[in-house]
Amino acid sequence: MIVADRKPIEEIIEQVKDCKKVLVLGCNECVTVCEAGGKKEVGVLASALRMYYANKGVDNRVDEITLERQCDHEYLEEIREKADQYDAIISIACGVGVQFTAEKYHAIPVFPGVNTCFLGVTEKRGLWTERCQACGQCILAYTGGICPVSRCAKRLLNGPCGGSSKGKCEISKDTDCAWQLIIDRLKAINRMDLYEKLFSIKDWSKDRAGGPRKVIREDVMI
Amino acid sequence: MNAKTPSKLEKIMAAGHFGVTSECGPPRGSDPDVIRKKGELLKGYVDAVNVTDNQTSVVRTSSLAACIHLKLIGLEPVLQMVTRDRNRIALQSDILGAASFDIHNMLCLSGDHQSFGDNPQGQNVHDLDSMQLIQTVRKMRDEGKFLGGDEIKRPPKMFVGAAENPFADPFEIRAIRLGKKVEAGAEFIQTQCIYNLDKFEEWVRQARDRGLTEKVFIMAGITPLKSVGMAKYMKNRVPGMDVPDDVVKRMADTPKEKQAEEGVKICIETIQRLKECKGVSGFHIMAIEWEEKVPDIVKEAGLYPRPQVD
Amino acid sequence: MRLNYPASVKIIRVPCTGKVDVIHMLRAFEKGADGVYIVGCKEGECHYKKGNYRARKRVEQAQKILNTIGVGGDRVQMYNLSSSDAPLFVKYANEMNERIMGLGPNPVKLKKKKAA
Repeated sequence: MIVADRKPIEEIIEQVKDCKKVLVLGCNECVTVCEAGGKKEVGVLASALRMYYANKGVDNRVDEITLERQCDHEYLEEIREKADQYDAIISIACGVGVQFTAEKYHAIPVFPGVNTCFLGVTEKRGLWTERCQACGQCILAYTGGICPVSRCAKRLLNGPCGGSSKGKCEISKDTDCAWQLIIDRLKAINRMDLYEKLFSIKDWSKDRAGGPRKVIREDVMI
Repeated sequence: MNAKTPSKLEKIMAAGHFGVTSECGPPRGSDPDVIRKKGELLKGYVDAVNVTDNQTSVVRTSSLAACIHLKLIGLEPVLQMVTRDRNRIALQSDILGAASFDIHNMLCLSGDHQSFGDNPQGQNVHDLDSMQLIQTVRKMRDEGKFLGGDEIKRPPKMFVGAAENPFADPFEIRAIRLGKKVEAGAEFIQTQCIYNLDKFEEWVRQARDRGLTEKVFIMAGITPLKSVGMAKYMKNRVPGMDVPDDVVKRMADTPKEKQAEEGVKICIETIQRLKECKGVSGFHIMAIEWEEKVPDIVKEAGLYPRPQVD
Repeated sequence: MRLNYPASVKIIRVPCTGKVDVIHMLRAFEKGADGVYIVGCKEGECHYKKGNYRARKRVEQAQKILNTIGVGGDRVQMYNLSSSDAPLFVKYANEMNERIMGLGPNPVKLKKKKAA
């Protein structure tokens, strides 16, 4: 999933402090799972904003809507009739949702209510960790299913570096050395032969380096 | 192994002598005298001098500029290059720049993570990793071609090295990884500072068993300890460093004013012992901000005078 | 044991304090409460294992939000007691009552009244 973290309320207040009618727009997908931008978080943020305005003595309106997704036309269209009445939308979906909302509702300011962090997993409740950087050219087949691009601090394709110590990365004792994980896993699946092979230079043009990316599927286009 | 480049360091080791290198960290400023002074201390006692590339991710005068300063006062520099700060365009460009000054040695590294340095909020590049940088410079030298395939007019003539830390984890892959570096094209290896000799010898033995010591010159990394404090710091704080308890104890048992002397003694003993270790081709003496000690160490370890090659 | 506790305290019963979320506390303030306190089982004695620990963390979150928006985090508190300990229940009720009396009315409620 896309993992996001809540922005401090102070920062959000600063963005919308002069707005009269605000819509807090949540998303039912990833950000709900990582407890940053689902219906519950919409409720808390909206309530806090309402009290903030009331405490300032201003009569502002803060409404709450949570969409199934903010990255698809059909769901974003659900607020078509209402969107005009607001002078700001705070989207607490990921950066994708914020942007798609902004694209669709061209004349309404849209503010981000979360910091979009990475593609990751829920290791346990309250702990989400990164797994993928969407580099566009997956190499997991050769690395035992563990990604050095996202999980090695130097994204080494021929690791581990000299800073790997007792299974941990040199940057922090809380960070696993990705290459230790890869080696452990290659051993477990009896594929250490893969480790012996030199990884050749990677084509990063499929990564962010190549500019904004597209996936085009003629076969499913109508 | 026959010398393939004009590098003096390569020629010395190819002729069967122990190679000796040292290290010079460029200053955190633009005063070239700092570099020259360090260089003068080492002149005649080492075959080549490594110039670090923003080590520990702290901004310093560029490695290439400092290499040129050393070259101009008659020393042979080893250009260190990390993949942290430059993409493949800049790396190839700097290799050409170095070659244009006839710098004939290069050490390919990934570099310490920027979180250790003075710009922890910076991006890192790592377009290539250290092995891929080795491949790149070898392609430029041997095929006379850029990574993109175009021909290079007057290709670089670099003796290509890499670093290896025999003490990092997991230990069992360290010799395998060395093999990958050799396969990538590394011709010499400078190791992490050695205090745990048993473990180091075991690593060299594994390298020998894989036939790697026939293909690559291994230069053992030596750093004199200045004090028991430094020993403890290296043991506990420097990632991937292995300082056994008996070394720390030996320093601790020495009176404070004699500790520096004891540290030098330890490193001379280390060199003596490793001279007998089959597969060790030289010594890389990194006297961190203590360059003036290098001549004594070289002399007392029986590595002086340095052999002359044409 | 017919003990008395302040009449200002309105009890909302929940199956477990783990059921109480941040939004419930915030809504109470939006609707005009001057203070909210959660009374859970003693720590380590939750029937559902971690309910009262969750409640404590949520109280802390609510405090942070209330501090940020100028309502005051001290208005929310977490208490723990054994369900049979009526005297302690009364003690906490009095303590909370005094705390809120000291803090004065919920500023949001005051401003809303003024506006109306």
